[in-house]
Amino acid sequence: MVDPLARAWRDPRGRVGALVLAAIAAAAAVGPLILADPLAQPCVLTCRNLPPSLAHPFGTDDLSRDILSRVASGGRISLAVAVLAVGLSVTLGAAVGLVAGYWGGAVDAALMRLVDAALAIPRLFLLLLVLAVWEQAPVATLILLIGATGWFGTGRLVRGEVLRLREETYVRAAEALGANRRRIIFRHLLPNTAGPLLVAATLGVGDVILLEAGLSFLGLGVQPPTPSWGGMILDAKSVLVTAPWAGVFPGLAIVVTVLSANLFGDALRDAVDPRGA
Amino acid sequence: MSRILDVDNLRISFPDGGSGRVYPVDGVSFALERGKTLALVGESGCGKSLTSLALLRLVPAPGRIEEGSRIRLGDTDVLGLKGESLRRIRGRRIGMVFQDPMTSLNPVFTVGDQIAEGVRAHFDVSRSEARRRALTLLQEVGIPDPAARLDAYPHQLSGGMRQRVMIAIALSAEPEILVADEPTTALDVTVQAQILEVLDRLRDTHGMAVLLITHDLGIVAGRADRVAVMYAGQIVEEAPTDELFDRPSHPYTQGLFASVPRITGPIERLSPIGGSVPPPGAWPGGCRFRPRCPKAFDKSETMPPLLPVGPDHRMRCWLAEPSEGGDGPLRFAQGDNPSAQGDNP
Repeated sequence: MVDPLARAWRDPRGRVGALVLAAIAAAAAVGPLILADPLAQPCVLTCRNLPPSLAHPFGTDDLSRDILSRVASGGRISLAVAVLAVGLSVTLGAAVGLVAGYWGGAVDAALMRLVDAALAIPRLFLLLLVLAVWEQAPVATLILLIGATGWFGTGRLVRGEVLRLREETYVRAAEALGANRRRIIFRHLLPNTAGPLLVAATLGVGDVILLEAGLSFLGLGVQPPTPSWGGMILDAKSVLVTAPWAGVFPGLAIVVTVLSANLFGDALRDAVDPRGA
Repeated sequence: MSRILDVDNLRISFPDGGSGRVYPVDGVSFALERGKTLALVGESGCGKSLTSLALLRLVPAPGRIEEGSRIRLGDTDVLGLKGESLRRIRGRRIGMVFQDPMTSLNPVFTVGDQIAEGVRAHFDVSRSEARRRALTLLQEVGIPDPAARLDAYPHQLSGGMRQRVMIAIALSAEPEILVADEPTTALDVTVQAQILEVLDRLRDTHGMAVLLITHDLGIVAGRADRVAVMYAGQIVEEAPTDELFDRPSHPYTQGLFASVPRITGPIERLSPIGGSVPPPGAWPGGCRFRPRCPKAFDKSETMPPLLPVGPDHRMRCWLAEPSEGGDGPLRFAQGDNPSAQGDNP
């Protein structure tokens, strides 16, 4: 799958998206190591809602915490949630899609009706319901829930690919050569779905960052005091007029990250399947 | 006789969309012998590819091989095999080369990997040993600079090279029988001859039996030992190659020859066979070639069996009966001139 990646890199959208994403990921990885403690309150009374300055480039929030540190730490959480949840849903989707597409028949029908039913329920409402009942869910639970509700589209996508690939002569040829089922699935079917899977994963990262930000904004996602972009915007709501920087910077972080993930995803999609451009 | 494969009364059916079934392969019988090539010739849709897939039990769903069909591979009843024992004959005893080399190779693996896969599917050898054998196989099918090609991806090779790779893959488990389904149809004419020569050479050096499936009579001459002509799911004529070329007897075979341009002799207008092969399910009762046959007569309304025309030469046509033409098979001596016969009622 080196080929689509190389082609996406030649696409300006892909290159910008990839570079910006890499910069954000690097900032989220390195930032918390060198910046102030995102939970520290250096001077409780005098440092609240300070505008951006040299000491606090993004300003401070209502609890006098450094916003730059919090954006970096929040990025760690948001990106980790996104990558792990998408990893989970892509794995589940690929597994279900392979099983449904390869075995076909009743198995396929049952799995695809399940997917149809699941896709008829809005994902956000489903998550809201579960998280409203399960108060203060830990981050790991959040990842599992988002991952477990995100594979339906991928499952259908992979199933479609497998149905197409199963008719490819090289799959027929592998059967004629006496390849066993495992070999056919893992060498001939799965690797050839890698392109579409990669696209689904990249675009999924953007979706999940938005979803997690939305949940955190509603107080149902990442729980305070752990910083997250959505949670920071929630905190900033009460001071939005007097200290807009408290909401603007995490908001910008969300927009830039999702935008670059989508740019890269679009470029990748065109690289994987030029016809669909 | 060193028969290694016997196919007897092979019938393959598919649902017809309603409650019935259609039979795109309907009672095909033939045998393969060690070191010999049998050519199965026919137009698109006559059932020849399906027949070849049936040998490996690869008839695509929802098709099925009907009760009463028999495929014997040495002592093995192929139609009785299941699971692992079926997998063991695929590739190992019968190798297969498919028509289109552009789509027969997995695009994400090197050709060396794919040949080694065949070796490792049937022999318990190390990766390095499998790779070594892959290299030998590439040499054997005549790929220039085989060591470098091992690490090439399919898209880096030309069509002819890919077909050589496909043949190497088919040979990877050292099968007794090689089935080549239109192996040269997708290739340039110059490359065609090279690929066919490779097949001939391998047949002779390995003593394999070859089933060559083609629609092209031209590549059969001088290459196949026997020819079976298929039409509408049945074999309509079968003979040793020279005999068939000298005395094509079935009106369909004669029609095929009449529609092929000749390099020698006077320039004549080609006479294509009128109409086209009806799809399975729309076959007429009686002789299936009847609606297109210039010589059809009243008896054609019942299905003819395979009748002897000459030594080791049979056809599915009532004209083979001496009573129908006066002197039986001899009247086909001038067989490639259909208009000379005017005994149609």
